[in-house]
Order: sequence, then structure tokens, then C-alpha cells
Amino acid sequence: MSSRDLILGRLRSALGEPRPAPVEVPRDYRPAGAVAADVDLFVDRLTDYRATVHRCATPDVARVVDDVLGGRQVVVPAGLPRHWLPDSVDVLPDDDLPTGRVAAVDGVVTAAAVAVAETGTIVLDGGPDQGRRVITLLPDVHVCVLRADQVVATVPDALARVDPHRPLTWISGPSATSDIELNRVEGVHGPRHLHVVITA
Amino acid sequence: MTAPGRPAGATGDGTTFLGMPATAPPGVGHLRGDEPFPAAARRALGDAQLRRNLRHATTTIRDKSGAVIGEVPDWQELRAAGRAIKTDTMARLPELLEQLAAAVTAAGGTVHWAADAVEANRIVADLVRATGADRVMKVKSMATQEIGLNEALEAAGIEPVETDLAELIVQLGRDKPSHILVPAIHRNRAEIREIFLREMPGVDPGLTDEPAALAAAARRHLRETFLSTRVAVSGANFAVAETGTVAVVESEGNGRMCLTLPETLITVMGIEKVIPTWRDLEVFLQLLPRASTGERMNPYTSMWTGVTPGDGPQQVHLVLLDNGRSAVLADEVGRQALHCIRCSACLNVCPVYERTGGHAYGSVYPGPIGAVLSPQLTGVADNASLPYASSLCGACYDACPVMIDIPSILVHLRAEAPHPRAEAATMAAAAYTMDHPALYAAAQRGARLARLAGPRGRGLPPPLSGWTASRDLPAPPPQTFREWWVER
Repeated sequence: MSSRDLILGRLRSALGEPRPAPVEVPRDYRPAGAVAADVDLFVDRLTDYRATVHRCATPDVARVVDDVLGGRQVVVPAGLPRHWLPDSVDVLPDDDLPTGRVAAVDGVVTAAAVAVAETGTIVLDGGPDQGRRVITLLPDVHVCVLRADQVVATVPDALARVDPHRPLTWISGPSATSDIELNRVEGVHGPRHLHVVITA
Repeated sequence: MTAPGRPAGATGDGTTFLGMPATAPPGVGHLRGDEPFPAAARRALGDAQLRRNLRHATTTIRDKSGAVIGEVPDWQELRAAGRAIKTDTMARLPELLEQLAAAVTAAGGTVHWAADAVEANRIVADLVRATGADRVMKVKSMATQEIGLNEALEAAGIEPVETDLAELIVQLGRDKPSHILVPAIHRNRAEIREIFLREMPGVDPGLTDEPAALAAAARRHLRETFLSTRVAVSGANFAVAETGTVAVVESEGNGRMCLTLPETLITVMGIEKVIPTWRDLEVFLQLLPRASTGERMNPYTSMWTGVTPGDGPQQVHLVLLDNGRSAVLADEVGRQALHCIRCSACLNVCPVYERTGGHAYGSVYPGPIGAVLSPQLTGVADNASLPYASSLCGACYDACPVMIDIPSILVHLRAEAPHPRAEAATMAAAAYTMDHPALYAAAQRGARLARLAGPRGRGLPPPLSGWTASRDLPAPPPQTFREWWVER
């Protein structure tokens, strides 16, 4: 007997006959679409978890990137709008770069798939303007650019918008730990600096 | 090995057939302690530093968690939904696991089934060996601690490297985890600094005990490991049957490193972690961080569905682990222990845990949830003292984000634990006495006389001394209520 059949057989006999009655799940909590997105709340939540927030008009994104990463080397996904990047940064497009090469750059600039106001979360789904997961992991500075209309109110709203078959990374502030006396400390293995640029 | 309860398939004459629910085998993994809880707890209570560390940490997390839960207007509705989803999951567990396995396979992953710890350890070691690697990096995972995977890998000549900060502290300190979420909760910053200075090669001798400095030291220490290790082992917080998606919730980025950088990813998951639908994540992703670390959302959550060409590990394995879970499922009262999402809120509110710490429970699952989960996974006889490691105050039930009724399971398991014959005889005699008023009055007078035999708190003589080992006998009043009533 395979272990698969053994385990499934154990579980069926554990449940017995007749099977426990089916359960109706009460979904009386706020579902997707119940709450309007509040960009000011999103900014407040991001700031509370030590992300740096910049709000600007779309043409000014390059200026913000210059302020944060000017003079440094930056990896970008292949589909990133080039007008977000100032001349002052040394741009390294990700063309399946070796891991060591990605680890050596100073920063990364990406877009996002969706963002959650209530929790201060940005969600990346590996789209062309977000790239492979590794490029937002190894550089120490992550600049994430998103439009205000990409901000949704709640976690249910965000889950309804993303595709489970894509690799998803939910990011809420810079890398942190609560492992020393259960106090939150920012800056462990992931990027220690998270900048979120919100365009109108 | 026996299963609690009387599931269908039990023949009633003591024989079993393959497919009967089975408890976790002894001799492997970390579900059984070396000594009963009262003995271990007594020693822990004598450690003043441990009690200070625990009190500080649990007070901090209770305050944080309470504040962010207070921000959510529909917290009780989310809890009710979480409980119902888990109840539904357990009722359909075999079918959901088959659905999950099919979805993961369709997405390019490979599914393995492990009946117990021995088989899971062998599967993982064989998979690592097949890659030619002699080192794996690990994301913190309760399931792999439960089965003793690190010891099994070492025995197979493979070095496991824990990458979670608290697990690293435990591993470097050759220590044991004492909390589900923060395995090094029993260590304060000064102790962590000492461990790093002693055990971390190339560490800055001027390292301070500032938490930020300690975290930075861990970052430097593990960076090269992340970049060069070709195989990672993780656990799973959730796996979605409908889509085959696996989710890992973490803070530091060590999880993202392990889930993204290696060529091969092996995830070991208890079978109860499956959830039916993608939408169900909207409940648990709200409940878990607020109940667990007291954050609105943990810094990083990774979700993957099989293999994504060109992004992340190209060899993705999922090991589905039973190891006693089928035996838990067989108990109609106890099966809700399988609803646990490992947030550790019940530990943080428990007056017993706060004083004894996690090591006293013997199992990798400490605290209130451990007191109901460990005895069921091993069979109650192997963890017979744990159902008593509680004052039944109910704080755990109130704190649980999926509303597991831990006190009721504790009482249920106490009834299943082996009891000395003298206790049953005494209880039967007491019941008879209370049924007969004249006898009862005589017994009350007798109890008062018994005071002459010794001061209050001495306890009962053997064989009843077990009952009073952790309880004081109440002092009988000088006048009973009945005597007072007659005088009026």
C-alpha cells in the first residue's frame, strides 16, 4: 500500500461514517468591495512600519528616484517604464542576471500589482514591471512605484485582484524581526530600506 | 499504538488494519519530553531570569496584539469564519488533500506522502542527496522540528542551517526552542549577544546587545549561505487545495531567500494546513499576523504555485505529513486542535506558560495548544501530564483567532489520561457520601477532626498524594453551612 493510500485510508476511517455534517462558512466580515480605499491611511500604515513614502505627479517619479538612488547602481525589471529612471543612476536591466550580480547592486526600482491600505502592504506578482523575485530581495534599497488607483482598502480586496498562479510577494515595510524580546526591529535579511512612491 | 476515540474501522476486538488512524511513533522527533510536566515546571519556576524574560516578552506581545486587533471592526466575524473554514476542512480532509496534490502536480511540483516522522525524514534526506548537496538552508518550521529533521539530516551527512533569527540563536546556543513563534523567547538580548560572540565565526568582538546590532550580525553571518546553498527546506502556513498555492508568512526575509534563491525547494507540511479555496486566505491573512506578532501584516508573505519558469526554484517538492494527525482527527472532541494556525497567542496569554516557559512541556508544541495537541499526536499515555498543565482559566480560548475551545479539550483528555485506581475509588465513595445526607454530615465533622492530624497544605497521604502534589487542601471551616442553618 502506498503512503498516499495509507494516509487517505487513515483519514477516512478517522472521520467515520456518516461523515461530519457539511459546514456553511459565515462570511459576515467585510468582503472585497465593502470599503473604499483610503490612500492617506495607506501612507500612515507604511510610515508606521518605517517605510518612506513619497507622493508626486507621474512626471516627477524620476526626480524621486534620483533623490533616493542618484549616483548608484540600480537593477530594474525589463518592463519598467524608463521615464521613471533619472540619468543619474547606473541602470542594470535584469536579463536573467546571476544571483551574485544582483546582490552587488545598490538598489532596485519596480512597480507593484496592488497595495492594501489597511495593512500598509504592497503586493508584487512578477509582472514585466516587477520582475523576478530575486531582484527585490537582494539589493538593500527597494523603490516601489504605484498609482493611487492601485491601492485597495483591505486584504480581501487585494486577494481578489491577484492571480494565484503567479509568484506573489506581499511586502509590509522593510525586513524586520520580532525575535529579540518580541520587539520589532527593522533591517534583517531583506531590503533594509523601502521607499514607496505614490503617483496621483 | 492506539488511536483515541472509536473511529469507524475499529474492529472492537483489538485488531487493526492498515488505514487505521495512527499516533506519532516514539523514538524520533520532539513530541515527547524526558520527564512529566510538574517535574520540569518546578525546575523552570526556580529560574528567575527565565521568568523575567518570559514576562517581559509576553507582556510586550499581548499589548501589541491587543492594539492591532482593536483596529479591526470585524475581528469576531473573522474568527467565526476561520473556525468554520477549519471545521469544514477537517470534515473533507481526504478529498482536499487529493485536490491539493493534483493542483501542485499540475503546476509542476512533486508531491510526497509521509505517514510518519521516519518516512518524512527519509524522503527529505533522499531528495537532498539526489541533488548532490551536503548543506540545506531552512526556514523556521514547526513540522520539521516535530519530526527531528535536523538530526536526521545530520545523520545522513547533510548540514542543516537554520536561518530564522530565533532558530539561529537556538541552534548556535545548542538549545531547544521554547515558543512556537519565537523559539528563543527565553533568551534576552544580553544572552543572545553572548551566544553570538561565542559561536558566530568572524563576529565583531565589539558587538553590542542592541537588537538592531544583533540583527545586523545575523544578516552578515547568513548572507553567503543564502547566496551559495542550492537546497532549501521550508514549512507551510497554508496550502490552497483549489489552486495548489503554498504560502509562507515571515518577517526577516530569510524565508524569501530560501524560497527564491535555491534550485530545489522542499516544503514539509502537516496535512491539516490545507485550506479549501483561494478566497479562504482572506480570513487567515487577517487573523494570523495580528494574533501572532501583533502586526497589521507581517513584513513578508510568499506564495508560490508549483514551478514558475525562470523565477525561483525549478525543482519544487511538497511533503504531506501525517505523523499522528489522523489519530487527532479520529477524536470528535479533540480534532479541533488541528485547526491551529500556529500563531502562539494562547502561549502569550497563558498564566502557566508565562511562568514555566516552553521547555517544561517537553514537546515542540508548548503552551495551551501544545497541552492538547502533543498528547493527541503521541497518544495520551505518552504525554499524560500535559492535559493537567493548565488552570482551565480559559484565556487561551478567548485569544485563539480560530476559536479552538482548548479548555474543553483539556478536560476531555484528562478523562482519557490514565488515572490511579485509588482516585476512581475515592471519587466513587465521595459520590455515594454526597447522595446520603447523614453520611455527608458525618464526613464533614470527620474532616474537621482531620485538621488535628496536621497543618493545612500538607496534602493527602499516599496513594492520594498525587492529587495534592500541586494543590493545597482547603481548610475545613469550624462550622459547616448545615450546622449554621440548624442553629438559626
